[in-house]
Amino acid sequence: MSQLVLDALKARFGTAILETHSDYGDDTAIIEPTRWKAVCQFLHDEPSMDFDMPVDLAGVDYPGRLPRMEVVMHLYSVSRGHRIRLKARVGDEDMEDAVLDSVTSIWSGMNWLEREVFDMSGVRFRGHPDLRRILMYPEFVGHPLQRTYPAQRTQPLVAYRTEQEAGMPIEKLRPFGVDEGMPFGRNGLPRATDVKED
Amino acid sequence: MEPLDEVEEGELELPAEPMHLNMGPSHPATHGTVRIVLELSGETILKSDVQVGYLHRGFEKMCERGTWAQVFPYVDRLNYVSPMLNNVGYALAVEKMCGLVVPDRCQWYRMALGELARISDHLTCDGAMAMELGAFTPFLWFIKAREMVWDILEEETGARMTHSFGRIGGMASPPTPDFKAQCRAALPTIVELVEEGEKMLLKNRIFLDRLENVAPISGKDATHLGWTGPCLRAAGVAYDIRKSHPYLKYDEVDFDVPVGTNGDTLDRFLVRLAEIRQSRRIIEQSLDRMADDGPVNCDDPRVLLPNKLDVYTTIEATIQHFKLIMEGAKVPKGECYSYTEGGNGELGYYIVSDGSGTPYRIRIRPPCFQIVGGLSKLLEGRMLSDIVPTFGSLNMIGGECDH
Repeated sequence: MSQLVLDALKARFGTAILETHSDYGDDTAIIEPTRWKAVCQFLHDEPSMDFDMPVDLAGVDYPGRLPRMEVVMHLYSVSRGHRIRLKARVGDEDMEDAVLDSVTSIWSGMNWLEREVFDMSGVRFRGHPDLRRILMYPEFVGHPLQRTYPAQRTQPLVAYRTEQEAGMPIEKLRPFGVDEGMPFGRNGLPRATDVKED
Repeated sequence: MEPLDEVEEGELELPAEPMHLNMGPSHPATHGTVRIVLELSGETILKSDVQVGYLHRGFEKMCERGTWAQVFPYVDRLNYVSPMLNNVGYALAVEKMCGLVVPDRCQWYRMALGELARISDHLTCDGAMAMELGAFTPFLWFIKAREMVWDILEEETGARMTHSFGRIGGMASPPTPDFKAQCRAALPTIVELVEEGEKMLLKNRIFLDRLENVAPISGKDATHLGWTGPCLRAAGVAYDIRKSHPYLKYDEVDFDVPVGTNGDTLDRFLVRLAEIRQSRRIIEQSLDRMADDGPVNCDDPRVLLPNKLDVYTTIEATIQHFKLIMEGAKVPKGECYSYTEGGNGELGYYIVSDGSGTPYRIRIRPPCFQIVGGLSKLLEGRMLSDIVPTFGSLNMIGGECDH
């Protein structure tokens, strides 16, 4: 669909394009994190690219790998009708140096998307005007879409009522157990049981 | 005491500090739970901060726990006004990875159901918007029309709202024998009701004054914000995925893409009304071309449950059924992004599979999120009373926006 874009990127940025593939017809380029903003600027400014719509930004966590977090961006050009997926891999095991340059100045729509990726996956964006949590509340600890964040963990703002406080027995369903609802089909992945309970 | 008009304007000591006002999180005029923190000078909005997330339910985290098929009920609850479009969008994403193409009959069926859902989405948005501005009667008519759509969907799926009707490689059941007749009977009445409501509203001076030239946005700005769907088209950009990148059978049907000129609130309202009529055209063509019999589901035992009778009588089918339920259908390793035109715009699913029966990562790209992200820009410099129509015209759906 847009092999041309990949070729142009490779010609222009050379070794900063670490890998490309076009699986399922989605053209993908994996980029050196330090050139993230330069590549985005090029894709936006160059008339033959003209990527004017920021479609999506997401973080995908691979705890076993280094760098651990993959930031995935989808772009679309309304005038040219082509799409591209950009990826950058950042962060060590503890997500210490998971930092990317913010591209909010290129596409204003990236503002909320970057906040979301920060909130959910813990990637920080250098130069973002307003990097706050967006979906979770400010008191929340951790980043829920990191795979090491246990799915059954709760962080209530107001502590749950005890039976003593209520003065009567509280019949309440307990939260999902560690492996509850998990199909047998998971293999080669850290299972929920491997994740340390807090 | 000297009369007021003799006082020089500069001498009057009025409080000059901007006032802060919290709107929401549950304000009767916001259909979703959203909080808008406003900085006001008099009635003019200087700055606004839109805060979402009150309906965050951890959709993406939940998807990583079950099988691929168990995601369907979750996607229903994203845009709960048009769940069928979400269902079909997700089914298409997984089918793209599995390399499946559903039979023609199913494609037409999905299109007809999807467009019905789109009608219900647009009716709700426009109706609620009119109601928030005080026009209650058109709202009731629009909701009456929506009831007719939901009656059809209930007949087909068994549920009015959250159908969970999509399946990987097909649909939960084939169309009922009365489906075509029911649609053909209901569609003219729906359009009639819409026309009646439209007449009430579009000749009403008060209604028009509150919409016209309120919160306009240029096509360029809207694109840069990542807007899609009716809101982008109202700004004059004719980007409709059904036309630009057709999926299912949209390239074989005849329909137009209505666009606005100013990108103001009135345009967003009108584009939705115009799309209802286009959806009607699509449904009618789909019904004409949908075969009355033939398979609806793919013939692929990797993803589809075997026939119930076989499950009870043969060991192979029993095992197959067991494996599909307990382990889930295996989706090949890889990643893909699949996008469809949802009620509010581009509904994308970015899915990553590690080859097992459980999704490694499902990322939804809800159209609302970015549209609401542009709200604070729209409100800057507007009056306080403009918030209600502007917010209404964006059609924020809490479940979708907050993931």
